Amino acid sequence: MKRYVYADNAATTPVSREVVDAMMPYLTEKWGNPSSLHAKGREAAIALEDARSRIAACLGADAKEMFFTSCGSEADNWAIKGAAYAGKKKGKTHIITSAIEHHAALHACAALEKDGFTVTYLGVDDKGIVSIDELKAAITDKTALVSVMLANNEIGTIEPIAEIAKIAHEHGALMFTDAVQAIGNIPVNVKELGVDMLALSGHKIHAPKGIGALYIKKGVRIDNLIDGGGQERSKRGGTENMPYIVGLATAMESAIARLPEMAKVAELRDYLMDSLLAKVPYSTLNGPRGDARLPGNVNIGFEFIEGESMLLLLDYEGIACSTGSACSSASLDPSHVLLAIGVPHERAHGSLRLSISNETTKDDADYILEKLPPIIQRLRDMSPLYEEVSKEEK
Amino acid sequence: MSMLYSEQVMDHFAHPRNVGVIENADGIGEIGNAKCGDIMKMYLKIENNIIVDVKFKTFGCGAAVATSSMATEMIKGKSVDDALALTNKAVIEALGGLPAVKVHCSVLAEEAVKCALADYYKKQGIDHPVIKEAEEIMGHDDDHEHEIPEE
Repeated sequence: MKRYVYADNAATTPVSREVVDAMMPYLTEKWGNPSSLHAKGREAAIALEDARSRIAACLGADAKEMFFTSCGSEADNWAIKGAAYAGKKKGKTHIITSAIEHHAALHACAALEKDGFTVTYLGVDDKGIVSIDELKAAITDKTALVSVMLANNEIGTIEPIAEIAKIAHEHGALMFTDAVQAIGNIPVNVKELGVDMLALSGHKIHAPKGIGALYIKKGVRIDNLIDGGGQERSKRGGTENMPYIVGLATAMESAIARLPEMAKVAELRDYLMDSLLAKVPYSTLNGPRGDARLPGNVNIGFEFIEGESMLLLLDYEGIACSTGSACSSASLDPSHVLLAIGVPHERAHGSLRLSISNETTKDDADYILEKLPPIIQRLRDMSPLYEEVSKEEK
Repeated sequence: MSMLYSEQVMDHFAHPRNVGVIENADGIGEIGNAKCGDIMKMYLKIENNIIVDVKFKTFGCGAAVATSSMATEMIKGKSVDDALALTNKAVIEALGGLPAVKVHCSVLAEEAVKCALADYYKKQGIDHPVIKEAEEIMGHDDDHEHEIPEE
């Protein structure tokens, strides 16, 4: 029987049984609108506030600081645009972000640039760590917001958010972090991070796609993105997506409960990463090692070949992963993250991301180690770039 | 935007025809660059104006491999003039279509054939218009644009 190894958990995760079970009553008998005053509505309102409290508890936040959104991208857009437009009223028209943010955050900043804001994109070192020196040089009293992700989705770099937040606050700027990739992989506490806003997404932690949340610290005022009928304490219009919100609460609690397993995931990550680097010549690790890296993230550049071809051949073998190659996206530029850490274009095209989880077994890793090297060799044998190298070797 | 490949593209990607090199080839064409993520190299064996053998090597995505493979199939056994008339549109058609963002791969395949034929004429000492065309292709190749045509 053909194996199936899902090594693309940074893209999305399967909805867990317990999340489905938690959601079901809110798709069937408990279908009330939490804004309704009658019994059906009250039943939903109680569940809504229960979910909010449970999610807040997972982050060390107060329930009144949690706001539900339709996804992580909405939370990113709301935090960034909301803080920017709130800042503008006080004469602050400068935003600082990093060069390796998720496109939801990067493109929100690009939209603000078109609307007259100035945006500084902080560079990163070769491991993807944001430059504190550049931050200190760029920040002024005109800076409305500093937006840096907690952990990078492509190369797994964990950023020094607490340190960045401290600098932001010293200059009167708000601090936002996109924690979509971090939640469930590393402990996330809004107080320890010292952030004003934090975004999360359900489908990276076994809840369905289409649910996210934004933490907004008490006392922090940002503009609304979606105006409506007074839901979410008049900060985010739209009838609350009850089944998904309840599912998100269950998923968050399970994600926190799984954290002790992450040391084992990191061990498997290192095994997979080191074995691939040892087995395949002309391969390089992208991103940091050890605790500075998300426990499930492996990202390796294989020279002389292109990522999409690798991905498609791995798919034939039942292995699901992703690549930073231009050819895998509609943009046709290789990953902005890999370019930002100084990976040359040609090697960025040959990068492969394997994102494993607590459900990945050693057998799964061994299956990848069995199937991937011959695929790389097959593509190299077809590559005119490798031809020149193998000639030089002979 | 759909990134789905047709069955023909997947077939030519998974089972590429004519991969390899031809020693002492009568014409060699190489196009593309590693920076953009695709390079095609095409080798031709030509006898009495007929392409008796063709091989290729490609660095690139699924569509780059499939278009190279299809282009070699379409010119193998054909006359040099037929090969000169090969268009990227014909390659796309033969592959049952390409996603819009991958159309440039078919352009590279057409250009690789033209460059290999130009090399052939040069080696033969024949002045043929394709030589100038190939020079122009090579000239703009370094900064070739990944233009995405309107669907």
